[in-house]
Amino acid sequence: MTVWIAIAVTALGCYAVKLLGISVPAGLLDRPLVRRTAALVPIAMLAALTAIQTFGSGQALVVDARAAGVAAAAVALLLRAPFLVVVAVAVVVTAAIRALTG
Amino acid sequence: MAVGLSGFAFGVTSAGAGLSLAQTCALSLLVFTGASQFALVGALGAGGNPAAAVAGALFLGVRNAFYGLRLSHLLRLPRAVRPFAAQWIIDETSAVAMAQPDRDSARLGFTVTGASLYTLWNLSTFLGALGAAALGDPSAWGLDAAGPAAFLALLASMLRGRQEALVAFLAVVLALACLPLLPAGVPVLVAALAAPIALTFTRREEAHR
Repeated sequence: MTVWIAIAVTALGCYAVKLLGISVPAGLLDRPLVRRTAALVPIAMLAALTAIQTFGSGQALVVDARAAGVAAAAVALLLRAPFLVVVAVAVVVTAAIRALTG
Repeated sequence: MAVGLSGFAFGVTSAGAGLSLAQTCALSLLVFTGASQFALVGALGAGGNPAAAVAGALFLGVRNAFYGLRLSHLLRLPRAVRPFAAQWIIDETSAVAMAQPDRDSARLGFTVTGASLYTLWNLSTFLGALGAAALGDPSAWGLDAAGPAAFLALLASMLRGRQEALVAFLAVVLALACLPLLPAGVPVLVAALAAPIALTFTRREEAHR
């Protein structure tokens, strides 16, 4: 049930934010500092999410097969691999290391 | 970005995080902004506080307001159409519309991109979630690495200059430092502070020049 509530709130909130942008008079949000902050916040959050989901295990920091998988994904990104290839590389490398060390 | 493919990855990740097929598809139909969806299921799957998970997803969605702002100048949509167009305001549709030379082609570009991406994203989410359900235990297959790899790919597309790199670096340090100390989901919100911190820092640097 909690998951459904979280989905509903996220859906309403994300829609409201989209509608707000296209409805408010220009100039209200259109300031360079506000715009710059809004461009940088997603970068901060994606970087944090990447780090936490790679090294987090509950509240502990661990280096396990996921770290190798995400490192392999980073190499794939540097080689300009398409999105699904990047994700697939991470999954396959993580699974392979688990199978080898399991 | 190939949205159909990332929709597939979202379906797999969401199912791996323990969400049902209906919940996964509801997210793609109703939220329709990839990074927020990945963030929500990632935080819920890690056992995070649902309120913090939602806050993280909403923070990531805020950039769509700024796309909307620019699109409202560009498309000048009638008031009655705006509530329908709003749902399609995402990274890709904004990029396509802004790349057009005039209003008519911007409107056409926005509509065509919006309709095709919405269809693709939802179909591929459905297929991804079905596929993951057929595979069984997600961590046995390494599917728990799909989420962070997807974030990394989204992040890489946004990293353009020194300021962006500084923000990403600060955010990683803040997030990992807070992880053992704060409840699940909260470290990501703390890490968002990296954006204003880096801005203050680089502005002062500019002022010294």
